[in-house]
Amino acid sequence: MTKVLMIAFMMIFTQNYVLVQFLAICPFLGVSQKFDSCIGMSGAVIFVMTLASAVTWLIYTYIMVPLGLDYLSTIIFILVIAALVQFVEIFLKKFIKPLYNSLGVYLPLITTNCAVLAVTLLNISEKYNLLESCVDGFSAGVGFGLALILFCGVRKALERAKPPKSWAGLPITLVAAALTSMTFMGFTGIADKLFG
Amino acid sequence: MSPVLIAVCVLGGIGLVSALLLVLASKYMAVPVDEKFPAIRACLPGANCGACGYAGCDGYANALAAGEEEKTNKCIAGGQDVAKAVAETMGLAFEAVVEVNAFVHCRGDCLNTRKRTEFQGARSCAAAKLLFGSDGACHYGCIGYGDCASVCPENAINIINGIAHINDIRCMGCGACARTCPQGIIEVLPKEFEVEVSCSNHDKGPAVKKACAAGCIGCTLCAKKCPEGAITMVNNLPEIDHGKCSGCGTCASVCPQKVILYGNKV
Repeated sequence: MTKVLMIAFMMIFTQNYVLVQFLAICPFLGVSQKFDSCIGMSGAVIFVMTLASAVTWLIYTYIMVPLGLDYLSTIIFILVIAALVQFVEIFLKKFIKPLYNSLGVYLPLITTNCAVLAVTLLNISEKYNLLESCVDGFSAGVGFGLALILFCGVRKALERAKPPKSWAGLPITLVAAALTSMTFMGFTGIADKLFG
Repeated sequence: MSPVLIAVCVLGGIGLVSALLLVLASKYMAVPVDEKFPAIRACLPGANCGACGYAGCDGYANALAAGEEEKTNKCIAGGQDVAKAVAETMGLAFEAVVEVNAFVHCRGDCLNTRKRTEFQGARSCAAAKLLFGSDGACHYGCIGYGDCASVCPENAINIINGIAHINDIRCMGCGACARTCPQGIIEVLPKEFEVEVSCSNHDKGPAVKKACAAGCIGCTLCAKKCPEGAITMVNNLPEIDHGKCSGCGTCASVCPQKVILYGNKV
C-alpha cells in the first residue's frame, strides 16, 4: 500500500512528467489556453494512460518475456497504444456517447503522446506489478492534468500582462513554463522523506 | 527458430491482431455519419453568432442532421431565406422565422437611479460587477459601461444616460449582448410580444424605492388586474406568460411605476 501511495505521489509531484521530466510538452503548450480543453485533455490522458499501462503490462509479461522479446518493447508498445486508442475511440463513439463528446477530440491527439509511451516503458523498467502499473499510469495522467491546469492559470495571467514586443507570444510562454517547472523542483526529496 | 523470426512473427502478429480488431470494431460499431450535415451547413450563413442557441452554425447543423432539433427557423441572422433553404434540405415544413429583438430589463438611467460608489477601474460592466457587484444603487440593474454595446456586431446598442438602449431596427437578435451582460438583464424576445417588464430588481418595495425611481416595487397590481391571468409574481417581479397574454395592455396602464412597457417597448 505504501508503495502504491508513493508511486502516486511521485508521479503527481516529484516526478511530474511535464514539469520535472519534460515529457508531453507539445500538448502542455498546445492545449493549455482554455480551461475547458485542459479538463478534456487531462481526462483523455488519464483514461488512456491507465488503460495503456494495464494492456502493455499484460502483453509484456505474458507474451514478450516468455519469448525473450523485451528488447522490442518500444515498437510493440507504440503499436499497441495506437491500436488501443483507436479502438477506444470507436468503442466510446458507439456505446458511451457523452464520454466521447467530452474526450473524443483529444483521443487522436494522444495516440502517439510521448508521456503515454514513457509511462508504459517506465512501468517495465521499474518492475511494477499490474496494480502498481495502473496506479502509475493513472497518477501520471493526474500529474499531467495538474500541470496543464496550473499552467492554464499562468497563461490567463500572461494574457493580461504586457510583455515587451520581442517577448510577446511564445517566448514569454516558454519562460513562464520554465518558472512553473522550477516550482515543482521544490518537491524534490519529499517522497523519500514521506514514505522513507 | 531464429530470434529474428520470432521477433518478426510476434510484432507482425500483434499488428495483425490489432488491425483485425480495428476492422471488426469499425464494422460492427460504426456510427452512421449523417450525410445531411454538409448540406444543411451549406444553407446556414456561417456567422456563428449563436442566436440559434447552439455553439455556432456547425452545432445547429449537427443537431438538425442528428434529428435532435426539429425547428428549421432558429437561424435568426439568416432570416426567412435560410429557414426556407434549411426546411427544403431537411424535407420539413417551412416555418417563418420569429423576428426577435434584444430587450433590456431595466430603465434605471441616471435620472431614475444613482451610483452607490465611484468606480474608477476599467470602463467595463464585468469589472464593475466583479469589484462591487455593480456600482449602482440598484444591484440588479444596468451598470452602463457598455459591455453589450462593444460586443454588438450591428452597433445596435447605445449607452444613453448611463443605460443600454437597443436600436430595434438595427438589432438582428443574435443575443451576443444577452450573453455578455454580467447582470443578465438583456433578453432576446420575439417582436410580437406586446408587453414586457422593464425592471430586474428582486428586492422588496421599500428597498427598490430607495434605489431607483423606475423600479418594480412588487405591488402585484398587474397580476391581479390581468384579465387573462397571464402574470405571476416571482421573487417580487411580475413574470408574463406570453402564451396567455392577449396584449390588452391592462397591466401597463395599472402599473404605478410604469415598469411594464406596452406596444412600442422603448
